[in-house]
This record gives sequence, structure tokens and C-alpha cells, in this order.
Amino acid sequence: MNRKTKSKIELTFIYLFFIIMFIIIGYPLFWAVMMSINPGTNMLVTDLFPKNPTLEHYKWLFTSPRSDYLVWYKNSLFVAVLNSFGSVLITSLIAYAFSRYQFFGRKYGLYMFLLLQMFPALMGMVALYILLNTIGLTDSLWGLLLIYLGGQIPFNAWLVKGYFDTIPKELDEAAKIDGAGHMKIFISIMLPLAKPILAVVALFNFMAPFMDFLLPRIVLSSPENFTLALGLFNFINDQFSTNFTRFAAGSILIAIPIALVFLLLQRFLISGLTAGGTKG
Amino acid sequence: MTKEESQNIKGWKRPRNIATLLSVIVPGAGQLYNKRFLKGALILIVAISFLITTWNYIDIGLWGLFTLGTIPREHHSVQLLIQGLISLIVLAFGIAIYIYNIRDARADAIDGENGQRKPSLLHGISDFYNQGFPYFMILPGLLMLLFIVVLPLLFMLGLAFTDYNQYNAPPRNLLNWVGFDNFKALVNVGIWKNTFMSVFTWTIVWTVVATTLQIVLGLFLALLVNDKRVKFKRTIRTVLILPWAVPAFVSILIFSALFNPTFGAINRDILSQFEIMIPWLSDPFWAKVALIMIQTWLGFPFVFALFTGVLQSVPQDMYEAADVDGGTRWQKLRHITLPHLLFATAPLLIMQYAGNFNNFNIIYLFNEGNPAVRGQNAGGTDILISWVYKLTFETNNYNMAAAITIIMGLIVSIFAFFQFRKTAAFKEEGRY
Repeated sequence: MNRKTKSKIELTFIYLFFIIMFIIIGYPLFWAVMMSINPGTNMLVTDLFPKNPTLEHYKWLFTSPRSDYLVWYKNSLFVAVLNSFGSVLITSLIAYAFSRYQFFGRKYGLYMFLLLQMFPALMGMVALYILLNTIGLTDSLWGLLLIYLGGQIPFNAWLVKGYFDTIPKELDEAAKIDGAGHMKIFISIMLPLAKPILAVVALFNFMAPFMDFLLPRIVLSSPENFTLALGLFNFINDQFSTNFTRFAAGSILIAIPIALVFLLLQRFLISGLTAGGTKG
Repeated sequence: MTKEESQNIKGWKRPRNIATLLSVIVPGAGQLYNKRFLKGALILIVAISFLITTWNYIDIGLWGLFTLGTIPREHHSVQLLIQGLISLIVLAFGIAIYIYNIRDARADAIDGENGQRKPSLLHGISDFYNQGFPYFMILPGLLMLLFIVVLPLLFMLGLAFTDYNQYNAPPRNLLNWVGFDNFKALVNVGIWKNTFMSVFTWTIVWTVVATTLQIVLGLFLALLVNDKRVKFKRTIRTVLILPWAVPAFVSILIFSALFNPTFGAINRDILSQFEIMIPWLSDPFWAKVALIMIQTWLGFPFVFALFTGVLQSVPQDMYEAADVDGGTRWQKLRHITLPHLLFATAPLLIMQYAGNFNNFNIIYLFNEGNPAVRGQNAGGTDILISWVYKLTFETNNYNMAAAITIIMGLIVSIFAFFQFRKTAAFKEEGRY
């Protein structure tokens, strides 16, 4: 067997492997799409290829008086937008201080971020609930937002600080000689140069409220305050088999925009993670 | 007083010592002695208002922290515990201001001894702004971090040493400090011991197997796509990243339905062709197998994308050199590609392990940690964190949940330690 045929056989196997992976990746997603256009809500009589496909579940989500889907969408957007802006603001301030200044506690602060980013919020949930209760923010989107904003600090501050470190110090020194103050350097030099990583932080924190169901489940209790993830989870939590088609329809409507944004921006995400995440 | 004269004064009569001592006794007094009147007055006002506003709160807080209350129904132990912890944080801020005041007075006095002129008011303010700037920057974030992340963790730390469970709950009962009893129960008392051992071993197996599988698959696919002969690279990459792009809770719930034994497609449409029925949700072993497969599906795209990014930065001349020396493909992979990849991504890979160790979502959404297992109070697929969730929110065994949380915290710290070592090594190497 000469080298050329060997290479061809190899390549065929590689493509075959990709096809198998495509099927494994695609099947569950395809199945969910097909379920969402099955008529009726009874899972026991669904077909992968329904004889009379229908959009009734999508219609139900938007038009039925019993459906809170639009309210949940609005709630999620509200938390997501504020979370995205707030986290960029807070973390870039912290990262700037840690990247450019020497101050008391700087080194231990960095250790603390590294350690704290590994603790999931769930570990402190009891105390968080009691604290929210004391300041009257249980069952409130503001309370949820507050926890998101605080919880994202360790990881993102670390990430942004790493990126700031890659921006040459000579730039801010030159600006200082030209008479720029601390804030001026931060706003007109650091922030514009750090746009890629700030976009990553904004994106991460925008998507978090759409994906997370655990914190909303603990913090929020009335359906008109639910976020999408929690609302959809509750669709099928009680009667799994009877609501799955509706759940599938609702999920697809959030999965598609998120997946699109994600696929467009994932290159920045990866370069941000490898640039910022690995340099201490 | 000239420089020589001032240095001749020995002992504690030197201005620096007098200023320090005055500031130790009354915050701000040292600054007044240094003739920095505005600063001194400011520190004095801050100190007094700090004491007036927080004295009562801290007093009760510290008392509560030690006793957890003395009169049932009137004293709420949990609130006292939280107040105590907040008091500690506030106290730490107070002490920080106090220490700043002492050091500042001493530094100013030393400047005075060395004959430096007292800076003008404007100059002093600008100094204060320059030195204080990083603190102003981190203050809002630091406060949020302290109250939203650190305080709750401290609270859990405290709970682990109390007897707070569904039978002994405030406000009806008072809590007590019980030392290490909860930890002892985890290794001594029958049902806790059994459950802890089986949940713990499964958590370790789960973390190691699921994470390693997703890394290996991601690595393998990244290498394949990177092959020069493969075409349509962009399309292939996009499809392979798809599972990462779909929100995880959606995909997990879809899988949960797919694996459902009564209507799920895996048994009904696929395995029925071979006349096999697998009890995916009711048998612990098969549920675990399903979970590991699902996590691999969910987790490999991230590793794949990561490796694909790094692969493009491997210097091509190294491969050319290897070709000249007649290196085989396996040798090139083993000695050039793999070290390069793992070196650049080690901290992120360690985080993958830590992430799966704490991967509550998949365990809970897939099957809520079920099926139930006889003789233990956690489900067959529960990992530590989902067990903690159940103990906290379903059976109200707060003390045991807190004790387990602390054990998890210790393990997580080990991950953090390794990550830090890798990160530090990366920095010193400075290759990128």
C-alpha cells in the first residue's frame, strides 16, 4: 500500500469520525426541535417526524393568557442588561487598581480572587437568602441582580486584570507626563484598549441570567418575577411528560439567539481566556 | 530645631514616638501634634462617628457571636450569628483606619524631624487622592465581595459548628456551639458515614472521569481538525462548538427527556431496534453512565475551542526541525504539541475539574440526584454539592450541610493551589 492510499484511508476515517460527532451533537437538538412542532402536549404520542407539524406551542407561549413567557423574557432581559453593564464597571475598576497600583493587600487580594472564584454561590445560599430577607430583596429581581454582580467579581476581575497587564505601562506613563490624571488614564487609555476583554465580560454576564436557574429558584418565588430559565424549568418540573413540547418550544426561542451571538463572538472569548486567564 | 538636634533626642521623646503614641491613644491627636490640623480633625471626626454609629451593633454582634443568644424566642441565633460576622467585618475596617492613622502620624513626624516643610493644604489633599486612589477604585467591588461572597461563606463556616437542624431551629430554640461534632458524625454515625462515603467517592469518580473524557475528546477533535488535509475547517468547528453555545440547562433537560424510560427517544427509538431496554433513570449505575456521557457532550466544545486556539500558536519551525530529524507523527505529538498545549492551558483545565466538582446543574436537572438508595439520605447520583442543596433546602439539616460545604471548600482550595502554581509558573516562564 503506497503512501497516497494510506493517507486517503486515514482522511476517510477522520471525516467518518466527524460525521459521527455531528450526529451525536445534532440528534438531541434536532429531536427537541421536532418535539416542539408535535401537536398536543402528551409526550407518549409524539413522533420524531410528526404527520401534521404545528406551531401551536409557539403560539401558546405568546398568546395564551396562562403563559407568562413574555414577562419572563422581559425579566431576564432586565437582569441581563444591568448585570452586563454593572459587572463591566465594577470589575474594570478593580482590575485597573490591581494591574497598575501598588497598595496594601494587593497580593493577598489576588490570592483571594483566585480562591473565591472556585466557590459556587450555592455554598453560601442560606446566608444570602437571610441577608436578602433582612434588606427586603427576596422575590425581587434587584436582589438577584445584586448576587450576580457580587458573585462575578472574583473570576472577572482576575480575567480583566490579566488583560490589563498585557497593555504596555509606557502608555499610561506617557499620558501621566502629559498631565493626565488617574481617571483620565483609565477612561481614555485603558478602557478603549481593553475593549475585547470587556466585551467578553459583558457577554458572559449578559448570558448568565438566561442560563442560570438555581439562584432564581432560591431567590424568586412568584411567577411574575421568574426569569426564563426558572420559568421553563417549572414548566416541566411538575408534570414532565405533559409539558415537554411547550418547554421545547420555549427553549428553542432562547437557545437560538444565544447560540448565534455565542458562535459569532466565541473567538474573542477564547483569546480573552487564554490572554487574561493564564497570566497572573 | 535643626536636624542634628532632633536626632540627638533619644528614646520615646523623639517627635515620631510622641506622635505615634498620641495617635494610638486618640486617633487624630498625632496629626494635630504634627500641626496637620485639617487631617487630624478629619480623622478624629471619622473615629468618633465610627464609634457612635457602630458601637452598639458591634457590641451585640460580638456578644451574639460567642453566646448565640441566651433567651429562646427572644434571641434569634441565626440573626445574631450574621450580626456577629458583619461586626467582625466592620471592626476590621475600623482597625484598618486606626492603623492608617498611627502610621500616618509617625510618617509625618519623621518627615518633620528630617526638616521637610509641612506640605500645603492643597498638596496634602492631592497626596491623599493619589495614595488613596487604588482604594477608591476597589472599594465598591470590595464591599460587594465581602457581603455577597465572603460573608455567606463565613456564615456557612460558622453553621458547621452549631446544632442547627430541622428539630433545633430558631426562633423557637437557641443554637449552641458544638465544636467538631458534625464532622465527627460524618465519619462515625452510620447513615451519615455510609452516605458521605458513597457520595464522596462518586464525586471524585465523576470529577475525574467526566472531566478527563471531555478534555481527551476535545483534544482529539482539535488535533483532527487541525490536520492540513481536512477541508471545511470553519464549518466543522462551528458545528463542534454548538453544544457549548446552547444554554446548558436547556440541553440537560432535553437529555433528561431523551433518556426518560417511558417516552424518551433513546430507549423507544434507538435501543428498541436491538431489543434493549436500559433503566437510565432508576438504576444508579446507568444513571451515572448517562450523566458522564452527557457531561462529555456538554463539556468537550470548550476544550476543543481552547486547544484549537492554542494549536495555531505552536511554532511551525519546531515541526520542521522534527521532520529533518526524521521524527514520527507520534513523537511530534508527544514532544512538541502536547507539552505546548498543556502548558498554555493548564490553569483553565484545572478550572474544568473544579467546575465539574461543583457541577450542580447537570446532577440536579438530569434526575435531581435520584434514584433513591436504601440506607443513605442522598440519591444515587448526588455529588457533594447537590447533596448539600438537598440537606439545606429539602430536609433543613443546615449543620451537616455546612460541615460538608467546608470539606468541599478544602478540596476546592487544593484545586486553587494547583491553579495558582501553574499560573505562577506560566508567568515566570514568560514565553507568551
